[in-house]
Amino acid sequence: MSTLAESRRPWLLLSPALGTLSFLLVAPLGFIVVYSFWLRTATGADMGGFHLDNWVEFFTDAFYHDILFYTVRVALITTILCAVVGYIPAYFIANTRMKNKALLLLLLMLPFWISYIIRTLSWINILGTGGAVNYVLMQLGIVNEPLQLLYNEPSVILGLMHYLLPFMILNVYVSLSGIDGNLVAAARTLGATPFGAFLKVTLPLSMPGLAAGSLLCFVLGAGTYITPLILGGPTNAMFANLIFEAIIIQLNWPLGAALSIVLLVVLGTVVTVYGRLMGLNQISKSFG
Amino acid sequence: MTTTTQSRATPVASEAAERAAAAGGGVATRRRPGVRIPRPSGWSLIRLASILVYVFMFAPIAVVVLLSFNSSRFGTFPLEGFSFRWFEALWANDAIVSAFQTSLVLGFLTAIISTSIGIAASLAMVRYDFPGKGLINTALITPILVPEVVLGVALLLFLRWLSIPKSFLLLLMGHVLITLPFVVLVVQARLTAIKPVYEEAAKSLGANAWETFFRVTLPLLMPAVFAGMLFAFTISFDDVTATLFWKSGGTETVPTQIFAMLRNSISPEINALGTVMIVLTVSLPLIAGGLARWFARGGRG
Repeated sequence: MSTLAESRRPWLLLSPALGTLSFLLVAPLGFIVVYSFWLRTATGADMGGFHLDNWVEFFTDAFYHDILFYTVRVALITTILCAVVGYIPAYFIANTRMKNKALLLLLLMLPFWISYIIRTLSWINILGTGGAVNYVLMQLGIVNEPLQLLYNEPSVILGLMHYLLPFMILNVYVSLSGIDGNLVAAARTLGATPFGAFLKVTLPLSMPGLAAGSLLCFVLGAGTYITPLILGGPTNAMFANLIFEAIIIQLNWPLGAALSIVLLVVLGTVVTVYGRLMGLNQISKSFG
Repeated sequence: MTTTTQSRATPVASEAAERAAAAGGGVATRRRPGVRIPRPSGWSLIRLASILVYVFMFAPIAVVVLLSFNSSRFGTFPLEGFSFRWFEALWANDAIVSAFQTSLVLGFLTAIISTSIGIAASLAMVRYDFPGKGLINTALITPILVPEVVLGVALLLFLRWLSIPKSFLLLLMGHVLITLPFVVLVVQARLTAIKPVYEEAAKSLGANAWETFFRVTLPLLMPAVFAGMLFAFTISFDDVTATLFWKSGGTETVPTQIFAMLRNSISPEINALGTVMIVLTVSLPLIAGGLARWFARGGRG
């Protein structure tokens, strides 16, 4: 067997994957960069060439900036809440003496398998005017009229948390369970309080998982349009909703392309900065 | 305090995570030797808070299932009586039945194509060294890192420009793209754990590359193949974000069908459909986990 054939083999094996990625990802992304400089004319046809109109519209219209900031805000709040709320069960599973750790973890991962759209709309059953919360409140006589709990920012954040929490828990758990228990014991022997030992030993050592979970929550949260569409009101539109609107409703594809690039650049910057600081392999770690 | 040392590199974490990913479940956790660490104070508080998180995760899902059996006309509380009528209504609804067919075929084809491509790529990444490997490794997981909306828009506009209309084929290609990184991650993790000595032994006994792959590597890899296919199927079956961009006017998958039905209001039919999806997506990993274990034992029950 020649060494040339041997050295070609990995590329041969990779060619279907790289072909898929080039044709379905790289080329389309390159194309929408070019396409964002085209124009959609009143007749609905594309005008090729180099027009800055879409970009001028994005950079000068405060409407887009406001929604971009709002998107970052919602994703940030969601990420912080997921970090705080997700850390606790991850810590519990990592430290419990119960035998069925894997089962406990599996249970929390189960919603991850359940359809995102079902999980999102399930909150209508909880928070809607005919939902569980209002039903209980009215039965108890606390309120006479059902409260409007849906279609606002908290309900969007709640829906996003429900969607993203498993990502956080899994990543934090992977980090926590890799910590040598002797380190905490050592800190305690040296006089640290339990909370002190947690702050000085456990928390810093779990940072990689916390960071990876946060990255996933932020990026996935900031890129969603389904949750705001189902659980949000008219003022809760996020940036991806603008893209959906431009492409599907207004059929202004060049503008939709430009807005997509904005979202890609903003979230891509977050991922790149994170990758420089932490490396991206922590994320792959939670898969095995 | 005992002096037993604890091995730092206990693979419990990755095992548990892989198990969660592969949803095999039920394998007893290995007991770690070592010191018994004193329970942190406030442990009961932590336990209580953890239980509340479990409630938070499961309550909405439980309510969907509960309401799907409610005979009330509105799909809301109060519970009026037990009934299968909404499931019967599902069965009679042609749009939903055809959406199910579309989703099943799409998920199945996606799983097969994506896993085949993913296995080949994983073999290259784990078994060979070549220049640019790090870059390729990042490239393979890029579809996870690019927001799905952007994937949806870019592929749609690009294929429009090439005059390839929205079709089932576009949907299939798109789903292969979004599932590929997950398959690669799962298969790579497993392949790393299989020592190359088996393959080397087969080769030294005269097997060529194909024989080695099909008679040694692939059988050893079977659990990961199942896990990867299952992962791909579930992601494809659940996807709505990109699918809404790619589907053609007449085609609906189950999630896009639900999305369309939601436009009016939440009906008891949606809860019933949700229950079907929940049962399906929860039982699939369990069945696959069982199958994977069966294969791991060599395919002889």
